[in-house]
Formats: sequence, C-alpha cells, structure tokens
Amino acid sequence: MTRLPIRKTYKLFIGGAFPRSESGRTYEAEGQNVARASRKDARDAVKAARAAFPKWAGMTAYNRGQILYRLAEMLENRRHDVARSCTGENEVERAIDRVVWYAGWTDKLAQVVGGSNPVAGPYFNFTVPEPTGVVAIVAPPEPPLLGLVSRLAPVLAGGNTAVAVASETHPLAAIELAEAVATSDVPGGVVNILTGYPSELAPWLAAHMDVNALDVPSADAELERAAAENVKRVHRAKPDVQSPYEIGAFLELKTVWHPIGV
Amino acid sequence: MAQAPALAQGFELPLEPRLPRIGSIDQVAVEARAAELGKRSIKKDAKLFALELAIRCMDLTTLEGADTPGKVAALCSKAVRPDPTDANVPSVAAVCVYPNLVPTAVERLRGTGVKVASVATAFPSGQSPLEAKLEETRWVVEHGADEVDMVIDRGAFLSGRYAKVYDEIVRVKEACGDAHLKVILETGELGTYDNVRRASLLAMAAGADFIKTSTGKLSSAATLPVALVMLEAIRDVHDETGRIVGFKPAGGIRASKQAVQHLVLVHETVGPEWLTPDLYRLGASSLLNDVLMQIRKERTGAYRSPDEFTID
Amino acid sequence: MTELERTRAGAPAPTDWTYAPAPEARDIVQLRERYGHYVGGEWLEPQETYTTISPADESPLAEIGQATPAEVDGAVGAAREAFANGWSELPGSERAKYLFRIARVLQERSREFAVLESLNGGKPIKESRDVDLPLAAAHFFYYAGWADKLEYAFPNRQPKPVGVAGQIIPWNFPLLMLAWKIAPALACGNTVVLKPAETTPLTALLFCDVLRQVELPPGVVNIVTGDGRTGAAIVDHDGVDKVAFTGSTEVGKAIQRQLAGTGKKLTLELGGKAANVIFDDAALDQAVEGIVNGIYFNQGHVCCAGSRLLVQESIAEPLIAKLKRRLQTLRVGEPLDKNTDVGAINSRMQLDKITELVAAGRDEGAEIYQPPCRLPEKGYWFAPTVFTNVAQSYRIAQEEIFGPVLSVLTFRTPDEAVEKANNTMYGLSAGVWTEKGSRILWMAERLRAGVVWANTYNRFDPSSPFGGYKESGFGREGGRHGLEPYLALE
Repeated sequence: MTRLPIRKTYKLFIGGAFPRSESGRTYEAEGQNVARASRKDARDAVKAARAAFPKWAGMTAYNRGQILYRLAEMLENRRHDVARSCTGENEVERAIDRVVWYAGWTDKLAQVVGGSNPVAGPYFNFTVPEPTGVVAIVAPPEPPLLGLVSRLAPVLAGGNTAVAVASETHPLAAIELAEAVATSDVPGGVVNILTGYPSELAPWLAAHMDVNALDVPSADAELERAAAENVKRVHRAKPDVQSPYEIGAFLELKTVWHPIGV
Repeated sequence: MAQAPALAQGFELPLEPRLPRIGSIDQVAVEARAAELGKRSIKKDAKLFALELAIRCMDLTTLEGADTPGKVAALCSKAVRPDPTDANVPSVAAVCVYPNLVPTAVERLRGTGVKVASVATAFPSGQSPLEAKLEETRWVVEHGADEVDMVIDRGAFLSGRYAKVYDEIVRVKEACGDAHLKVILETGELGTYDNVRRASLLAMAAGADFIKTSTGKLSSAATLPVALVMLEAIRDVHDETGRIVGFKPAGGIRASKQAVQHLVLVHETVGPEWLTPDLYRLGASSLLNDVLMQIRKERTGAYRSPDEFTID
Repeated sequence: MTELERTRAGAPAPTDWTYAPAPEARDIVQLRERYGHYVGGEWLEPQETYTTISPADESPLAEIGQATPAEVDGAVGAAREAFANGWSELPGSERAKYLFRIARVLQERSREFAVLESLNGGKPIKESRDVDLPLAAAHFFYYAGWADKLEYAFPNRQPKPVGVAGQIIPWNFPLLMLAWKIAPALACGNTVVLKPAETTPLTALLFCDVLRQVELPPGVVNIVTGDGRTGAAIVDHDGVDKVAFTGSTEVGKAIQRQLAGTGKKLTLELGGKAANVIFDDAALDQAVEGIVNGIYFNQGHVCCAGSRLLVQESIAEPLIAKLKRRLQTLRVGEPLDKNTDVGAINSRMQLDKITELVAAGRDEGAEIYQPPCRLPEKGYWFAPTVFTNVAQSYRIAQEEIFGPVLSVLTFRTPDEAVEKANNTMYGLSAGVWTEKGSRILWMAERLRAGVVWANTYNRFDPSSPFGGYKESGFGREGGRHGLEPYLALE
C-alpha cells in the first residue's frame, strides 16, 4: 500500500509568520488552494513592514549583506523543492545567484552612489544614501521565482522593507521563497508576501499613505495616480535586470554640511 | 547702575576647579568601554567573592502599590536569612520600601543589622511640591528609616532649572538628619550621558551620600554605560575635593552575571575601596535568588533549579 | 565628616578581589610537528626548516619551512599556471562564491584560529577573538561582493587582473593581514604567492586547510614560509607581476629599490609614528580610553599606533594623571587568558629594540612611568610605558618603537598641533579628540596622514581604505580603492 503524503497548506507570509487570509478566502492555482489575500491582509502587511523598518535599516550594511547571503544558502539548500514550484533548476540557480549578487552590494553602494562633494566654501559636505522605507512590490507574472526575487533583492539590499504581491497564476514559488526567508535570520516583517489577485490588492497598496515606494512590472495609470497622493516613488521594473541602480530606485540621498574651522 | 541678578541661592559657578569639569561624554566610546569591562571573565573563587559581595551589598526591594505588612514581613525574613539551608550566606545590606511600610520593616529588622531604606519625595515621579516632599522625608525618618532614597525633579532638570534641583536635594538632606541620603537621578529620563554626568555632579555638590541610577519603574535602568559614567563622576569628585560618595545601580539587574559585571566596573573605575555596603548597593528583588543559585552551582558543580530557593 | 565617612572609618577593609585565571582552552588547536609549503594545492616537504615558538614562554610549537629560491620558483610557477588555466577566465560571480565560502569557514572556525593566533603571536585572546578574526572574515565577505561588480568600481574602465601577486605580510596581525592581501587579489582575478612573517606562520598555514575545505582550485593561493631571504626571492621573481608588502619602512625602501625599472606594480604599507591629538574640550575619560587603545592595543605592535600623545597644555596635567591611573588596571600576562589586556612582545629581536629605545628615552632626559606589573620569567614581556617631558627631537618622538611605549608632548594652539603632528617622515594615521565638529574637520583637512580617527582610534573596516602618506607607504587597502592595486585598468 503506497503511503499517503501530508499535503502542504499554502498561507500568506506576514510579520515573519504564516497566517491565513483574514477573509478566509482561497483560490485555486497550480492545483492547490492558495490564500487569497484581502485589503486587510495588505494593511496588516504594511503595518508589519513599517514596524520592522527601523531595525532592518539600522543594521550595518555588512549585517544585511550576511543575512541576504544566508537567504541564498537557504534557497540553495531547498533548490529541488523550489525548482518544482517554478520552471526548474535553471530558474532557481539564477534566482540564488541574483540574491548573492545583491547581497554583495549592501556595503559598497554608498561608495558608488554617495561621496563627498567639493562645495565652494569652508564646509565639509557629503551625500549618503538611505533606504526610503516600505516598498510595495507587484511581482511580474513570470517567471514565478526569478521575477519576484529580481524585485525583492534590490529593495532589501538598500535597507527597505517590502510587501510583495506574488504572481497570480504561479504563486507557489513565492511561498517557497517565504519559507526560505523565514529560516534565514531575516527579521520578521522585513519581507511580507501576499498571494491572491494583484488586481484586487495593488490599488490598495498604491493608495496606502504609509507606503513610500511602488514597484510595478508595467505602466498603470490608475496605480500611478493613486501613488501620487503621498508622492510615492514609482518604479517601473524592466524584466530580468540586475543593477545597482535597481537598488538606487529605492534610496533617498541625504546631503550633510558642516563648517571646517578651528 | 544696572546690576546682574544674583545667582540662585546655593548654586556656584565652577570657575575655580572646586568641582570637576562638567565635560562631555562620547556615547560610542563609553558604551564600548563598558562593554569591554563587561567581558571580564570572573571564575571560581573570584566569582564566589563577587556573588557573596553582591548579597552583602544588596538593597532588597519591594515598591508596589499592592505592598502589605505581610508582604514586607516576608521580605524582611528573606533579607536577614536569604538561604535558610546555608548559614554562611550573609544578610543583605538593607530592605527598601514605600513610606507606609517603614514601621513594619523597622519592627521586623530590629537587632538584625539589616538597614531600613525608604523611598520618599513623591517617588517615583517627584512631581509634588517641595513641602510635601520634606514632610514625607521627616515622617519616614521619625518612624525609623536609616536611609532615604529620594528622586530628583526631572521636570526641573530637563527644563534647565538646575538651581531648583540642587536646592531640593539640600533641603531633603537637612530633613534626613542622621539618616543617609541616596539621590535617584532616574537616568532613563535624562536622555544623554552628558546629562547623567551633570546630574551626578549636581547631586554630589548638594550633599548626596549616594547617587543612584533609577527608580526601577522605567524599563530602561541601570545599564553598564550609565553606571560607568556615574562612577567616573564619583571618582572625579573624590579626586578633586576628597568627598567620598557611594553608588547604587538599581533597576533591571536580574541576573548574577549582570551583578558581577557591575562590580567589575566599580573595581576598575573607582577602585576596590568602594566594594563595601557602606559605599555600594545593588537595588534588586529577583536578583537575590539568582545569586543564591549561582553560589550553590559554584559550590556543588551542578546547575540548579529555581524551585530550590524560597520566594518571599 | 559625614555619617558615611564616620562609619567607613570603622568598617573592615574589603578583601582584595583578584580575578582568577580564565584560560581559553588550547586543545581546540591541533598542530602538526612539521609544516611544508603549500604549493599548487599540495603540501611540499621543505628543504630547510626552522622552529616557530610561542613568545609567551619561548616553547617550540612546530618546524616551519625556510623556502629557498627554488621553492619560491615552484610556487610562482604554480600561481602562473593557475592564472593562465582558468582562474582569470572564471566569471566574477563564481570567484565571488569561493571568497564567500572562505568568509563563512573563517566564521565557523573562528575560535580555533583565534587561539592559534594568540599562541603563535603573543596577542591577547580577547583581541584575536574579537578583532582579528571577525575583521578577517568580514574582509573576505566584502571583497567577495566586488568580484563580479568591478565594472562599477572604475567608471569607463575595463578592469582586468594583473596576474600573479607576490605578497609579504607582517607578524602583528598575521591572519588579518593575510585577509587584507588575498581577498582583493582573488576578487580581481589574480593568483597569489604569499609569505607570512617568519615568527608567525601558523595561522597562514592553517588557512591552507580552509582552502582545502572550500575547494579553491589548486595554485590560486600558494603559501611559502621563511624569513627575509624568501621575501626577497618573491620580490625578485620575474613571474610575479605585482608586489604587496606590509612591514617596516626600511625593508619597504629596499623593495622599492629592488623593483626600480622592472615595471612591476608595487604597494607598500610601512611604519608610522602617529600623533594622537587631545584638545582641552575632549571627552576626557573617553580620550584616555582612546589613548590606551591607540598604543597598548596589540602591545603597540601596530603601524598606525598612536605612539605620540599631543595633549593641549591647558589640560595636560589632569589628562596625564587620568592616564597613569588607567594604566594601573591594564592586565599584562598570558595571551590565552581571557582577562589579559596586554600580551607578549612578539620576538626577542623586537623586545631588544623596544628596550634600546626606552633606554635612549631615559638618557635623553624624558620622564618615565610604568605601572607596577608582575611580568612572567620566561617569554618576551614589556610593561606599558609612558614618557612625559618629551622633546620633538628625542629618538622616542621620532623613531617607530613598535611597542607599548607612549611619548607625551604638549601643544598650545591647533596650528601648533598640526605642525607637530606633521613633523615626521611618516604619515600613516592620526587621532583627534575634541567635542567640536568643525575642529575635527579642520584638523582632518590639515593632517598629512592616510587615516584620521576623530574621537576614536584603531577602527578598521573592510570598506574603509587604509594606507599612508610619505614614508608610511603608498596604495590603499580596503574599500573600493583597495581594488586598484590588483587591476590593470585599461
């Protein structure tokens, strides 16, 4: 007699925990019942992301880099499971390598993006990059894992926290990613992942007054209009790009002056 | 001819170096130094010495709205004989209570050598008129308190009315008579280490016998860096004026390890002369059982259970 | 007399509190009796050997290879081959992964390496555990991240590796200096022949085991041991494209002369005689900690040590009094004891040099202070020392002592402080202590030193460039700038 396997329940990832949707709804994707997040889940996710922000942004860049590297370690360790939830091993390898690539930027970005400015006067002047805050990400519909990772990694590398809406048709990879995040020393609330219908969730995130930036896979006038309400930084992501300027899109630049004198 | 207004009574400018330089404290450096000292590895005999000292210097404390004579009576028994199964364990230095419980404590501790310390001056907030604070002080002293733990007026301090803070300490000290006075700075409310140093120097100038970190009612209390800053102020006052003032960290010291770290701070800052209950007190309640547990572990070699020690 | 003072008079004197020994367990380290050279991923039997010892008690630890020119030739050959056959073509992202692996293994084996470092070199376990090891791992982690991002480090350039790097490192931070050399070299696609210092080879040799664990391709890193003769052979070798040297100014000059006209790239990180400048508005107690850290950390065996204290005259007396008092709580002793603050002097030779210079200081008329300490009979030890009444021209104010000896001079104005601080052939580092921000920046602007520490001292980070002006050397290690010496920027 063949053994009956224990099937996984796919839930949301909010504040470091895996709750069901407060609405109790699910939808069927890839042959599974997947949580269908509501606007209240989105609200809770933003709250968790905001609460986690000071600690994440306050860590040393080195520390953040190490944690992202640990995420790569955890993904590598589960690569076969994760491969089953997306297009295969090749996609997983590319996603892992992308996480490692961004992990290596955390303690170098300031040297490339910031610096001292030679102002015309007896002042020391320098510019430093800082994370903008809570970033709402609408993941590209595909590839299921690499698409989301390509958007999430630069956001995190810069010190921001994130609320991401997974691909609607292929959400399982996002949950695998969430499980890797949960086991890699990433503090709870830094990464939040909602599965469900982006068409339902994105407008709420775009209009949320406590979200600082919005990352979308294509132009969307409605969302961008809503984002204007609190002057969100809006970034339209090109597919499969890997660049420090993707991190830069979610950074503020602070310039400080101080007199030089005896 | 216009005349500059006279300085508020009792507060002199430190033009002569009679008081040490007020000075600044660098936060990063002082926290690093405290952390370094906290890494000292104190083992075996050295650890037993420290644990036993911690008990002898402890002010066993209960400061709750729900305190009753029964509760205080039990605490006093614990204070005199912390470990009923081991006569070698010394008594603590003092019991610290609210004014209403002073008579009970005095009664229970008579003849034991353990002192009665009472909080006063509208503890913990200090937000009452001076007259009420002085009245309270006189009352506890009349009813037998050996020691008074007062709070400074942080509202006055933070709004720059240093003369008022100074004056109140002077007046409370007068009202203490023969009782000795500990001045609580409530460092968790002062905001910076610079302010902790200023308040320490001010309290010592005003006549404090002891300066104390906290009321224990705020979550942020006797951290190692704060203790270091206060000990350095005590050392500076001693160096420049010869005055000897004691130190009491209180609040948040629950584990033996922390108590030992605090003792190391004293040892390497003001020196071993301060390692005596006359000049050093640890304000604590649950710490005592943890120290008893550690002592027994050192003596027997096995880790102990909290169940082995009485909760009074 | 207060009530308190009266009762105190009668109180019994407190028993003196002596900290019990707190030794770090030595058995975590497994030493071989004899080590050869690590070339092409293999251990080669050495032709000649010498003995390396523990400076704390002069006990022998192991037999170490004294590499001959022929053995050096073998190592360079292995590095050249590894460079030509694969390493330089490996994508940066894959090179990065090896470096990340190394970083992780160093973190895992941190305790083992720290104990060995203290055993072989004499520094307190507290330092090797809390400073050397974490920084070494961090250095590999940092440069791992650059390996596949070189095009962003130098705008408008196509960075290419240089080839084979010959690297010679000192005995004061053996493993950390190894990390400072190997990490950027490998990140940039070069291969390496590295020689640890004669007196401190063991952590470099243990590092070869890390290379085995991470499965680094053979020949990418080659380690040969030996004294100055081995170093000279490396510098001389035609197969070496770039030389990196950290050590004394004297040897640095010799290397520069040796390489004249060869076209080989060179970076030098040499000696120093840093001024630690204290203004009268400094946070005094923290400044004292900074002074102590500046000159007694690692027994003063630090090129960037704050060996000259320049204190503003208006605050000199109280500051020196605080300093002397602080010295009394410094614990000098067994490096493997967790409470030791100051360890052993690295070698007989170094001890003799320190002793000679201290005698000169006395002869020239400076006033000496040493806190009472009980120094062990065996081993190389020197008590923390402060000289006051020092004139700018005294040998102890001009020459690098490289030991726990501080020379104190005074100044009146910021201009004078700058003048005195810069009045040296060296220019590695400087310290400035003042609570006034604008003065920090004003001083930083004027100090001719590659590293300026304000209200702190001896802080290192892989992202922070380190290197000297003038005879303290040239080239920078750490940060984006630390990549440059290891790249040909077309």
